[in-house]
Amino acid sequence: MTRARPKVAPPSLAKAPTGIQGLDEVTGGGLPKGRVTLLCGSAGCGKSLLAMEFLVHGAVRYGEPGVCMDFEETEEKLRANVASLGFDLRDLAKRKKLLVDYVAVERHEIAETGEYNLEGLFIRLGHAVKAIKAKRVVLDSIEALFSGLTDSTTLRAELRRLFQWLEEHRLTAVVTGEAGEHTLTRHGLEEYIADCVIALDHRVTEQISTRRLRIVKYRGTSHGTDEYPFLIDREGVSVVPLSSLALAHKALTDRVSTGIPALDEMMEGKGFFRGSSVLVSGTAGTGKSSLAANFASAACARGEECLYFAFEESPSQILRNMRSVGLNLERWVRKRLLHFHAMRPTSSGLEGHLATIHKMIAKVRPRVVVIDPITNLISASGTYDVKSMLMRLVDFLKVEQITSMFTNLTFAGDPHEGTAAGVSSLMDAWIVVRDSKPNGRPRRELYVLKSRGMAHSREPRELIVSERGLELGAVLTDHTPGTAGASSSAVRSAK
Amino acid sequence: MKKSSPRKRRPAKTRRKDFYRLRLYIAGQTPNSIAAIANLKKICEDKLRGKYRIEVVDLLEKPQLAKGDQIIAIPTLVRRLPPPVKKIIGNLSKTENVIVGLDLQPLR
Repeated sequence: MTRARPKVAPPSLAKAPTGIQGLDEVTGGGLPKGRVTLLCGSAGCGKSLLAMEFLVHGAVRYGEPGVCMDFEETEEKLRANVASLGFDLRDLAKRKKLLVDYVAVERHEIAETGEYNLEGLFIRLGHAVKAIKAKRVVLDSIEALFSGLTDSTTLRAELRRLFQWLEEHRLTAVVTGEAGEHTLTRHGLEEYIADCVIALDHRVTEQISTRRLRIVKYRGTSHGTDEYPFLIDREGVSVVPLSSLALAHKALTDRVSTGIPALDEMMEGKGFFRGSSVLVSGTAGTGKSSLAANFASAACARGEECLYFAFEESPSQILRNMRSVGLNLERWVRKRLLHFHAMRPTSSGLEGHLATIHKMIAKVRPRVVVIDPITNLISASGTYDVKSMLMRLVDFLKVEQITSMFTNLTFAGDPHEGTAAGVSSLMDAWIVVRDSKPNGRPRRELYVLKSRGMAHSREPRELIVSERGLELGAVLTDHTPGTAGASSSAVRSAK
Repeated sequence: MKKSSPRKRRPAKTRRKDFYRLRLYIAGQTPNSIAAIANLKKICEDKLRGKYRIEVVDLLEKPQLAKGDQIIAIPTLVRRLPPPVKKIIGNLSKTENVIVGLDLQPLR
């Protein structure tokens, strides 16, 4: 036998974290350290911002100073652009953490009179890198050189030399490139970059814009080929690391109340499983939001934080409406247990909404999430696969062990088949509320259509919504008259 | 931009306005740098005798100077005077391009 050797872990690629929410997750830790990454996309897709965030976070959070050679914007302009995100470039420069060098390439003032190289650029970059002991470099966008210099043979040779230089100096670099018509970048920069290529995309469909990020290649790292939605807001870029790894989450056995004792009773007396996803579907005015609000309130009563996404009503409207059915939600808002986030469904596409949802969840870290209603999210989506996007959201919630409730509006005569895009198959529990008019007298009915992993009642009950709150009546049969409101005989005589 | 071509100046002012201050950026004694210095001296002697001054800046020694004149390529020749500032790149072997690029007029 040979002598036992210490086990050597396979050499894993060193990564430089970007500090951008979600991006480090989808890249398995960040960009390849000491290598060049190409970031490409059309104008306005957010590549400069993403590159700048990579530098700033590197300098501030990871102790890696950075140099930005900006071929497009002057230092002043760039400073103003990122100031809105709370980055103070002047201060960073003073503390020797980040330098910006604006490189002006203007064709009209350059006449070419014989052989040359780009040593000037190398010297400038080297000088800046040395001055602050930089570990990161951004070249944004180096393609500007192509418009300033006509000798493309020299230029290409020099670019190759530049990327080699960056690697020799163990700099983690991001190079941006404008998207070409049939190629990733207009001037084929991707031919020079072997390690990592990330493409950004900004599409507008039906007046709704959606931003997506795709890892085209990442040598030595397994990565999803999915497109990840991302957001640009006041806090910069955040990528939604929704991936379809799926079904790896741990199923929890503890239970959470539905907020309605009688409904808990229908589910082994205990309510939903923690970490499960619950769908509440029903026609208009059947009390879906009230069910969701009771569920949220029960979570707050346990001292858990709840994040409530409202796509139909403003928070104050929800608070008022719930007061009328005997539910005081204000106290939870005041105790900072209940967080509302209201969005217009048309304000962005499904991906944009998912990005926001994801970001808010990462910020609030709730135990319970309500999305009311999910219908509007679906209607806001373009052509992209709604179901797969929702599946990724549901997976994410499960992995985070967040119990979630989605309400879904259906239309009369089509109580659950109308549940769009088959989202119901993603759900662990499904509660249906509906109107019915047995004997001509309207009433609301509720039943548990499914609830995975538990014995549950399947019999419909009357759902009574009053100023005392939500209650369930006795088990209904087709012949059972309702218990609330006018007596059935009164309705009959009125006819 | 207003173009102040020496050609359009009145004779009285010609002497001052015709003085050329040129700065050549190089990076070490590379073949292109050496060629550029030689080419520049020859052109200036032919066209600007007595009316020019050449300053050679080696960026390997003074890298901080690259930013001020926005130097990317090496060699780069900057015409600092007369205005406007003009910039040409290359080893200055294409004499015609240099003359056009620097807007030189032949000696009278």
